[in-house]
Amino acid sequence: MNNIPLTIKETQDGLKSKKFNAVELVDSYLAQIKKYNNEYNIFLTVTEEEAYKKAREIDRKGSYATPLAGVVTAFKDIFLTKSVRTTAGSKILENYVPQYSATTVKKIEEAGGIMIGKLNCDAFAHGASGENSDYGPTLNPWNKEYVTGGSSSGSAGAVSANMSLVALGSDTGGSTRQPAGFCDLVGLKPTYGSISRYGVIAMSSSLDTVGTLTHTVDDMEIMYDVLKGEDGLDGTVKNSKAQIIKKSKFKIGIAKEYFIDGLDAEVEKTILEVKKTYEKIGVEVVEISLPHTKYMVPVYYIVMTAEVSSNLGRFDGIRYGFDRSKFGEEAKRRIMLGSYVLSAGYYDAYYEKAMRVRTKIINDFNDAFKTVDAIISPISPTPPFKIGENTNDPLKMYLEDVYTTTANLVGIPSLAIPSSFSKFGLPIGFQLMGPRFSEHQLFELAKKYHKEIDFKPRVAI
Amino acid sequence: MVKLTKKDMLHIAKLSNLELTDSEIKKFTPQLSKIVEYVSKLSEVDTKNIKPTFQVTGLTNVIREDKVLTQNMLTQEEALSNTDEYNGYFKVFAILENRTNE
Repeated sequence: MNNIPLTIKETQDGLKSKKFNAVELVDSYLAQIKKYNNEYNIFLTVTEEEAYKKAREIDRKGSYATPLAGVVTAFKDIFLTKSVRTTAGSKILENYVPQYSATTVKKIEEAGGIMIGKLNCDAFAHGASGENSDYGPTLNPWNKEYVTGGSSSGSAGAVSANMSLVALGSDTGGSTRQPAGFCDLVGLKPTYGSISRYGVIAMSSSLDTVGTLTHTVDDMEIMYDVLKGEDGLDGTVKNSKAQIIKKSKFKIGIAKEYFIDGLDAEVEKTILEVKKTYEKIGVEVVEISLPHTKYMVPVYYIVMTAEVSSNLGRFDGIRYGFDRSKFGEEAKRRIMLGSYVLSAGYYDAYYEKAMRVRTKIINDFNDAFKTVDAIISPISPTPPFKIGENTNDPLKMYLEDVYTTTANLVGIPSLAIPSSFSKFGLPIGFQLMGPRFSEHQLFELAKKYHKEIDFKPRVAI
Repeated sequence: MVKLTKKDMLHIAKLSNLELTDSEIKKFTPQLSKIVEYVSKLSEVDTKNIKPTFQVTGLTNVIREDKVLTQNMLTQEEALSNTDEYNGYFKVFAILENRTNE
């Protein structure tokens, strides 16, 4: 086949009209992986045999009627996949082979998706650049001197390098949206509790969500509808009772607190252009205030590290994995910080204080959503940065998360949307946040934007 | 200015069940001090009469029927498949030491 289709619809149209079959699709993605993976370090494990087996099964049936029939999918290596090694990007789990699969992996397989492999990521999803992987950084397919963003580095790498049509990642503080933004992709951090996390290696249980990366908003909507819903295995998941209302008039807010020192001029320009585009198509854009914005990163780094120190307590080398000496530097730093903020004498001043400020942050958003349907925000304060640029200063790297941690602390959905390119030819996107369970409204707004700018899905290599 | 000491670091490492090398302690001490200093700015926020949020969805006590879910059970062989087993058991680290005469 000549060109690999870049959307689910094109893929399924091609299969149904017999332009190609699923085995040929797998051939094409594997050819791309074989050509570039050594260079870009995107896949940690390629499941060639399993992919062909599934493709042959789908071709044999020949109806391609399920929602993801023939959709080649890759998983961040923190999703448990039965009988396929799962490392979490860490050496501690270098030889770990799960006995069962995550709910989301099962759902994708049942919907006809074809797993093609497991993706590189910052170890235990700790990072905003992919550079904390114990298996080395993933290089950005748009320019290999730059990071892909993280922690779902391989997920963004695989889709933008045309090695997989879609990918799953995770989003605890921006780990799906920031790499999506750095690689010209659509990325969704869903409402907390809308998609089961059963079988996803836990980082921070009050913030963790399953993220998805696709080329288009239409594809994201298909993926979300497949993945969402209660499974009886993750007690935090709740089915949304909300009706999907098709609105014709929208109002979007931009927080004045988002225009801070350290916001890159090109990113700022992108946000202002997005605003203009929305105004042009009749969406009202108003200024709002989110007064606790400057406390987002401190609250996040207390809550997250506290929960990390607890979740990573299970790695003791008894039931699986190596002992704790194999933790990488960033995992050790976060476990140490978390133990500190939870320790006797400091709990009230740090952990409980952060949980109270978190309430105030949530109140800010509840107030804002009384007047607006969604909020526009930068994803990252800067365009993609060079490999090695931020690695010596952990605090500087943490500040990368200033705009993304919000949606996790508040529990609301946020959609990263590709927009433009920087003067160095690197992608810049923006995000739209909405009230809990407003995913379909965010999709609607994103589609309007992409229609207006005549967005076409693109791959880097 | 928050300044963590070597003693603090060893205490936190113990709580964390981590053994740090001297060079790690040397590297982490200023880094953690700087981060703790940064997050300390929360003290300026007035949180009087504000309740902490531990769970954003408001769900509480989600329980299921007290029934064995056989589809979610592992066989003994599966359960032990990722470790060095001993006669069908997990091997744990020794917690008791040999008695000495001292």
